[in-house]
Amino acid sequence: MNKAESERAADASAHQEMTGAEIVVQALRDNGVEHIFGYPGGAVLPIYDELFQQDHVRHILVRHEQGAGHAAEGYARSTGKAGVMLVTSGPGATNAVTPLQDALMDSIPLVCITGQVPTTLIGSDAFQECDTVGITRPCTKHNWLVKDVNELAATIHEAFHVATTGRPGPVVVDIPKDIQFAKGIYTSPQTAPRTSYQPRVQGDMEQIKAAIALMAQARKPIIYSGGGVINAGPEASHLLRELVELTGFPITSTLMGLGAYPASGKNWLGMLGMHGTYEANMAMHDCDVMVCIGARFDDRITGRLDAFSPNSLKIHIDIDPSSINKTVRADVPIIGDAGRILEDMVRLWRATAKADKPALKPWWTQIDIWRARDSLAYRPNDDVIMPQYAIQRLYELTKDREVFITTEVGQHQMWAAQHFGFEAPNRWMTSGGLGTMGYGLPAALGVQIAHPGALVIDIAGDASVQMTIQEMSAAVQHNAPIKIFILNNQYMGMVRQWQQLLHGNRLSHSYTEAMPDFVKLAEAYGGHGIRCDKPGKLDDAIREMIAVDKPVIFDCRVAALANCFPMIPSGKAHNEMLLPDEASDEAVANAIDEEGRQLV
Amino acid sequence: MNAQLQPTGSAYFITKETESNERRTLAVLVDNEPGVLARVIGLFSGRGYNIDSLTVSETEHEKHLSRITIVTRGTAHVLEQLKHQLERIVPVHRVVDLSIIADERGHDRPMERELALVKVRGVGDNRVEALRLADAFRAQVIDANTEHFIFEITGRVSKIEQFIAIMTPLGLVEVCRTGVAAMNRGPEGM
Repeated sequence: MNKAESERAADASAHQEMTGAEIVVQALRDNGVEHIFGYPGGAVLPIYDELFQQDHVRHILVRHEQGAGHAAEGYARSTGKAGVMLVTSGPGATNAVTPLQDALMDSIPLVCITGQVPTTLIGSDAFQECDTVGITRPCTKHNWLVKDVNELAATIHEAFHVATTGRPGPVVVDIPKDIQFAKGIYTSPQTAPRTSYQPRVQGDMEQIKAAIALMAQARKPIIYSGGGVINAGPEASHLLRELVELTGFPITSTLMGLGAYPASGKNWLGMLGMHGTYEANMAMHDCDVMVCIGARFDDRITGRLDAFSPNSLKIHIDIDPSSINKTVRADVPIIGDAGRILEDMVRLWRATAKADKPALKPWWTQIDIWRARDSLAYRPNDDVIMPQYAIQRLYELTKDREVFITTEVGQHQMWAAQHFGFEAPNRWMTSGGLGTMGYGLPAALGVQIAHPGALVIDIAGDASVQMTIQEMSAAVQHNAPIKIFILNNQYMGMVRQWQQLLHGNRLSHSYTEAMPDFVKLAEAYGGHGIRCDKPGKLDDAIREMIAVDKPVIFDCRVAALANCFPMIPSGKAHNEMLLPDEASDEAVANAIDEEGRQLV
Repeated sequence: MNAQLQPTGSAYFITKETESNERRTLAVLVDNEPGVLARVIGLFSGRGYNIDSLTVSETEHEKHLSRITIVTRGTAHVLEQLKHQLERIVPVHRVVDLSIIADERGHDRPMERELALVKVRGVGDNRVEALRLADAFRAQVIDANTEHFIFEITGRVSKIEQFIAIMTPLGLVEVCRTGVAAMNRGPEGM
């Protein structure tokens, strides 16, 4: 439906009497929703009945509500639109908690509609009752319990507005079953939001001028960008590239920000942080001006805080005022939308500043020395597949396609971030803040629904993938040919790595003794299974995976004891990285001292 | 580069609280809707902030606005975060740090008053003494029989506490306090 048509439809439906369930579906349509992910149950049956009788909103049935949430997150992050999930009361709502918190930490617009027991039964410990708004209050940006059918439409419209504006985030609309049956007046989306919620988008011009002045004087500058640039839309990534081009500054990015600046760009230093590159972390440590755009100085980024970039002046651009000065003091804070501020910065730089490339020469020379350290190097092996090699081959064989990558959480996630080159925003879906194992498979489903023709790959670990493996069934049902590329080392690799670092190599419960046969598992679900354990056969196996037009589980048997380096060990600073060629067994065992051992 | 160089802090950086705590009085203007108080209180407990006193009531009926007065304690850094976090709550309109405003206007602190109901039970000398002291504190008797009084007292927190302390040996039975209501001196609004 085009815009004019949907506006006419909205006009016609405005101020009409409808049931609550009809209002829900109409409100979804009027907010531009084409797909929702969900699972039916007693308290949402009226809404499911409405969905059954229309073709505008397509419902994707998952196998577990957590899967619906992560699928909606993947959908949202790959499209820039809100992801929508629909679940029932009680266990439906509690199963949604993990994706809600995940979306909160990674600033993903997610609208979750939950059924609730009838208003007359609320508080009576009714069947499948839980205090949904109470439980989800701390893991949403805002939530509502709708007790009057005449407020239902306005509440859903407001929910979409809150989820998608300012710093995006998850919201919950809890709708009792009697409200779904009750008749009320539908109101179309309004432009006047509540007065208390008015996120600031335009940056303060004086502060932007101060930032540009600082940047023009910088001799050892660095741009550190994050997920906020992705959330600000493709134009923001474009402007970021322009700013890098104009200034000649080196740029690094957080895990969430990969793709905003292309990995093939000449100013790219790679990801920073705990498993970031040596050059990115050293440059962060030694810089004199740091331009942080849409990132929040997470503890995985800063390492030891009192040694974090000790000699730099910090410009911090963020849409959320509470991110400013939260952990790292900003010298020039700018509050607003990353895209708008980048636009002002680019314009102001063009008008007033000029890149002094000779003055930056010594800095780039230093960076090249760090780069030459080749911190992502690993020892190639002809007999077993090195996990890094597997990612590199996957990248080489897919880079000319429209490819979207999701991940689970652990070593494979870091290797994917390090070795897969992201050239565009919205192509990389991973659980950064919450670190949710089991995110990647359902997220891939969500991405594939949004981009039916694209190649969607979940780079997975053997442990993580089993947390939400049931969504293979959803992928088969919805003809979503997602590719689950498992780096199978039979361990919870990152847990084991930390046990080696922190706990004297006592591998407590981090080895999976009863691993399923992933090939048979894929076939059991109606998908396609591939196993590969030889480097020489890997390329052909990956080609086969790409060629198969149905969900694939690829069991890639990799070196079991490989660890993820480089690494800033717990409690260390950016310039105290553990590099792969120095990571002997002894160095690993002693990398973290007594005090650091208490931490994660 | 060499990871074994020196003992360190942490990747989850645990700050040693060396800064001193300050006491602040915040006025928070919110939409009076279900759950708004839970959001505010949940923020305090969830992020580990302190609440010394909390008072809330609807103040503008037509606009459905409530005013929450919170007395809290924390380092300057925590207090700045706390204010920003409160402002993030969707139904929160404004957060005003009354202590800072008072300071800017050259006042010692905001005007702060509290009301308490104090029940004292006793006969004989204690009873006479309680009544005499209540008079000295300008507390009103709002209920009494031959064995007890309920006093209503308003004033600064220190005055209320002093009154309660004095009444304790005289037969204090029960205390109910409203928490602090606060605003700043001068003609300007919040």
